[in-house]
Amino acid sequence: MQAEEIVGSRLTNQSLSRWLHSLPGVDKVGLEARAASLATRSIKTTSKVWGLDMAIKMMDLTTLEGMDTPQRVRSLCQKAMTPDMDDPECPTPAAICVYGDMVPHAKAALGKSKIYVAAVATAFPSGRASMKVKLQDTKDAVAFGADEIDMVIDRGAFLSGNYLEVFKQIQAIKQACQRPKGKPAHLKVILETGELQTYDNIRRASYLAMLAGADFIKTSTGKVTVNATLPITLLMLEAVRDWFDQTGELIGVKPAGGIRTAKDALKYLVVVKETAGERWLTPELFRFGASSLLNDVLMQRKKLLTKTYLGPDYVSVD
Amino acid sequence: MFDYAPAPEAKLASFQKSYGHFIGGKFTKPANLYPTINPATEEVLAEISHGTAKDVDLAVKSARAAYEKVWSKLSGAERGKYLYRIARIMQERARELAVAETLNNGKPIKETRDFDVPTAVSWFFYYAGWADKLDHAGLGHNPQALGVAAQVVPWNFPLMMLAWKIAPALAAGNTIVLKPSETTPLSALLFAEICQQAELPEGVVNIVTGFGDTGAALVGHKDVNKVAFTGSTEVGKIIAKQVAGSNKKVTLELGGKAANIVFDDAPIDQAIEGVINGIFFNQGHVCCAGSRLLIQESIHDEFIKKLKRRMSTLSLGDPMDKNTDVGAINSADQLAKIKKLVKKGVSEGGELWQPECKIPRNGFWFAPAIVDNVSPANTVAREEIFGPVLSVITFRTPAEAVTKANNTEYGLSAGIWTEKGSKMLKLADQLNAGVIWSNTFNQFDPTSPFGGFKESGYGREGGRQGLLSYLKAGK
Repeated sequence: MQAEEIVGSRLTNQSLSRWLHSLPGVDKVGLEARAASLATRSIKTTSKVWGLDMAIKMMDLTTLEGMDTPQRVRSLCQKAMTPDMDDPECPTPAAICVYGDMVPHAKAALGKSKIYVAAVATAFPSGRASMKVKLQDTKDAVAFGADEIDMVIDRGAFLSGNYLEVFKQIQAIKQACQRPKGKPAHLKVILETGELQTYDNIRRASYLAMLAGADFIKTSTGKVTVNATLPITLLMLEAVRDWFDQTGELIGVKPAGGIRTAKDALKYLVVVKETAGERWLTPELFRFGASSLLNDVLMQRKKLLTKTYLGPDYVSVD
Repeated sequence: MFDYAPAPEAKLASFQKSYGHFIGGKFTKPANLYPTINPATEEVLAEISHGTAKDVDLAVKSARAAYEKVWSKLSGAERGKYLYRIARIMQERARELAVAETLNNGKPIKETRDFDVPTAVSWFFYYAGWADKLDHAGLGHNPQALGVAAQVVPWNFPLMMLAWKIAPALAAGNTIVLKPSETTPLSALLFAEICQQAELPEGVVNIVTGFGDTGAALVGHKDVNKVAFTGSTEVGKIIAKQVAGSNKKVTLELGGKAANIVFDDAPIDQAIEGVINGIFFNQGHVCCAGSRLLIQESIHDEFIKKLKRRMSTLSLGDPMDKNTDVGAINSADQLAKIKKLVKKGVSEGGELWQPECKIPRNGFWFAPAIVDNVSPANTVAREEIFGPVLSVITFRTPAEAVTKANNTEYGLSAGIWTEKGSKMLKLADQLNAGVIWSNTFNQFDPTSPFGGFKESGYGREGGRQGLLSYLKAGK
């Protein structure tokens, strides 16, 4: 559907603002209570095995450090291709997530594997650069062969009420994800929920990103104090669910930052199942952005399969 | 796909083959036995004594003796120590109590574990603190206990209702004869063991099990100073007549038909959760359940669609499974009553909808239900169903919402869902309900008084006000 059709008028900052502010409010206490109650679900035996495997398949294995080197990225790619040296049946992560300049190294290392390469772009993590720079950042990554682009929104523009500016930037980046030949890069839009702070803002930013053409909405960069939380993810899953009802478009959700344990990952899967529904339980529509989660999931998986807990030295560091 | 594998709680509670009454600190010899069952499986859990007038008399005498000789002579601080001790033992035995309650009542283990038992414990801790501070209860210096309290509690929250009754009564210095419901006596009998474990002086708490006749004998006993009853309005009226003309002090916490009012400016997703929690919590066996959804007409279709989708995710089944949301109906009688009322509501024009649920073969079950398109004259809009059945009524303006919400013989609770604070406060002022929740539902705290208007009863439980039901001004 066209954005004008959804908003119901020509797109101006005023009409966008009215539309976003007409969304139902979010009650903080109620939202957090719902997330906490879902977190008490008890996931055992067969459902645990299924959940752990799915968590791996949904993972964007991430390294986003100033100290990243080609060797470090190659090593991470190796880990993604063979997460468990003892078990060829072990599923592989959905993608490797790196800075744009590391895309060629990741592509080379991953070769013909089906693992995607995602690149953060648009002056990640702050997003404070001119549009020219943000576009070039994106185009470079796309030209290097990135399958997915994780952009950040301009939180300054959002918080100052300049929704149209945020909308336009997302649209422009979406355009930059196109390729003259071949499939366009998938666009994940990072809201940086820790900086938006209120749940009402997060709901509005989710809708704004979906309206502008996001394929995925993503919580965080992992670089601020509060990153992904269960209530925030629940809220964003409600947004994609309602968006689908309204437009028929399926948008994905990616919580990122702070999800470190298999137990946490299973809680997120419960929230996906009971909020958006089983349709979203696929790497096409739900991802985890994480760096240390994989090994905890692998350890739990080994424990379930071998009935023994082997400890961290039995899985490779990366 | 991602179906939750069974996650059953361990059967951490064991019961004796048969139970007598708990009188004078000891269990009497079991007699006049009837079976108490697990409503989810219909298996017999234990044999229970059906108390006679003689049993009741013995219990009241024991309570009177304990009051005269021991309990009224203890300082508030000393009484408080016993209450703290009971609370701590309940915490230590929390999982066992939760399992026992789930087995005997049919409610999900996640509720007994996370709500019933912790709330019951919190009542003892709260009133333990009051025991030596009665001068501040609002009755002036040195208020006095009433004496022997007769307490009759229902089957919907057996342990929690016991705590709501026993904790303030003991803190205020009364002694007690309590009768649990005939269908759910087991947690009260475990509580009797806890009284022994806490070395509570003999006769301070007595528990007589049995049916309505046992309760009648207790309430009508001439040496009882106070009657506290929670249960149906029907029985409440009988009790009110029975004690009329005596100088027994009475509190009655009876039925309800609460309106949960959802405006178009509500936080919709949380309102959905609040409506679900309001009516499907404890299978709707809640006197303050939000059993009438008053929904603003302009959002009716969208809201009901979302509500149905959410209802489809409720898992009904084995109450001992940690992932079960909706457990068993407590008894065959209650199930028959629910079915009868729903049938009547449908014949009067209501549209019934229930999600597809796998109903277990044994036990008593009723899938969560909504009855849409209900007029205020429909039976399901007026009578308390006490089951997982939500009646949907629309309104157009705040004034109409208030009129419809108040148009009931009950007045226990209400819910208001709006993001607009001024509207919420204005409505709260106009609703005739003892408890009003806004943007939430079914929240309880020992510091907060609870009770109703009109046919929902009189007197308050909880908080400082709850203490006043068990005290009189000092001389």
